[in-house]
Amino acid sequence: MKAILTQQQVELTVKRLARQIWENHLHLENTVLIGLQPRGIYLSDRIVDELKTLMPAEKIPYGKLDITFYRDDIRKELHIANKTDILFSIENKNVILVDDVLWTGRTIRASLDALLDFGRPAKVELCVLIDRRFSRELPIQSDYTGRSIDTFASQKVKVYWKEKDEKDEVILM
Amino acid sequence: MKLSTQHLLGIKDLTKEDVQLILTTAQQFKDVLQRPVKKVPSLRDVTIVNLFFENSTRTRMSFELAERRLSADVLNFTASASSVAKGETLLDTVNNILSMKVDMVVMRHSASGAPHFLAKHIPAAIVNAGDGINEHPTQALLDAFSMQEKLGKLEGLKVAIIGDIMHSRVALSNIYLLKKMGAEITIAGPPTLIPKYIKEAFDVRVEYDVKKALQWCDVANVLRIQLERQNQPLFSSLREYNLAYGINRKLLDSLNKEIVIMHPGPINRGVELDSDVADGPHSIILNQVENGVAVRMAALYLLANREN
Repeated sequence: MKAILTQQQVELTVKRLARQIWENHLHLENTVLIGLQPRGIYLSDRIVDELKTLMPAEKIPYGKLDITFYRDDIRKELHIANKTDILFSIENKNVILVDDVLWTGRTIRASLDALLDFGRPAKVELCVLIDRRFSRELPIQSDYTGRSIDTFASQKVKVYWKEKDEKDEVILM
Repeated sequence: MKLSTQHLLGIKDLTKEDVQLILTTAQQFKDVLQRPVKKVPSLRDVTIVNLFFENSTRTRMSFELAERRLSADVLNFTASASSVAKGETLLDTVNNILSMKVDMVVMRHSASGAPHFLAKHIPAAIVNAGDGINEHPTQALLDAFSMQEKLGKLEGLKVAIIGDIMHSRVALSNIYLLKKMGAEITIAGPPTLIPKYIKEAFDVRVEYDVKKALQWCDVANVLRIQLERQNQPLFSSLREYNLAYGINRKLLDSLNKEIVIMHPGPINRGVELDSDVADGPHSIILNQVENGVAVRMAALYLLANREN
């Protein structure tokens, strides 16, 4: 077991990710944030909290997307669906997808399919806390990355969030 | 999480957790049905055949729409237009269909137990869409979903099931389901249409006075008089049935509370329900139909996860 990010590092990393997004999309002009259910929403909640210090909360278009019904592994494992909550149009918008860990890329593949059923965005970007590099099964990469790490397929990356797990920490098992 | 069963033959075989899983999943599918693209690719590698040996409008269309909304490939089979008319047996018919690589069978049959028989003999997942006077599980699930949606809960809810209980698979499935979820049940209707030992068998109340049942309940699920299944006259005339057991606006207005009216369809207007109730503000009959698609999507989705 190895700590990848401590509580303080998680905090700093979230701040950096929020400011990088802000740098590329000043005032979130024509830009929306969408957190991926179930574990990506903790990161997206934090990023939105951080953006609220830079602009009025009600001007941040923020939604949540569940991709359960778009997965390619329904025969292997049944996942329980969560709520999808996108109360705005994504037509011609810059969409920033937010998830905790990028590994094989299959979740992001499914989320792109799910997203396109809501409209045709101008551009889609990806923001992740942890990028398990060199382990992709699909040609997908992140635009905003908290930390890139090298892992074996047998290892697990566990992201803990205070809201759910009573601490902020990322560990490699 | 997954269902405890490989088939959906009846509510009887489901656990409370199964019912909850189906109802929760149905809520997510109901959300999908409100979107611009009312479709998900979950079952794009699944082929489903709808075998209807008995007439149906709602259930059949609802299943077919649910299957298409899940991106499954759909085959339709109507007994009257098939080789069944030439004397082919049920097992032969189904085995022939399965040899075309079908994964799931949705079946309605006039013989009680027909889907249970199939489940024993063929490798596909079976969904019972109504078998004789036994069960109609997806109807009970969509009724429960609609009650929960309208009134916020099932536990402790007072439900009156009114009408032709004897010939109703909807009644039986509803009793099983509501009992599992902790609702209270009163069965009401003419004595000739209520099975004699139902009180002992299911621990439900029985009431022969419809007004008293309505006064007691939060929800009245009014069932259709199934003339096609009655071999002998069980009440003197439809008019008399309407006068004694039919529900109209005047009767509802005479209660000192508001209740919700449900009906699985098709309605015999002017027999068990008058139009001023069926189309009135108490009725959630069309919501039931709408919810049917989401509930069937949930059941099919959860059953498709079997290892072949």
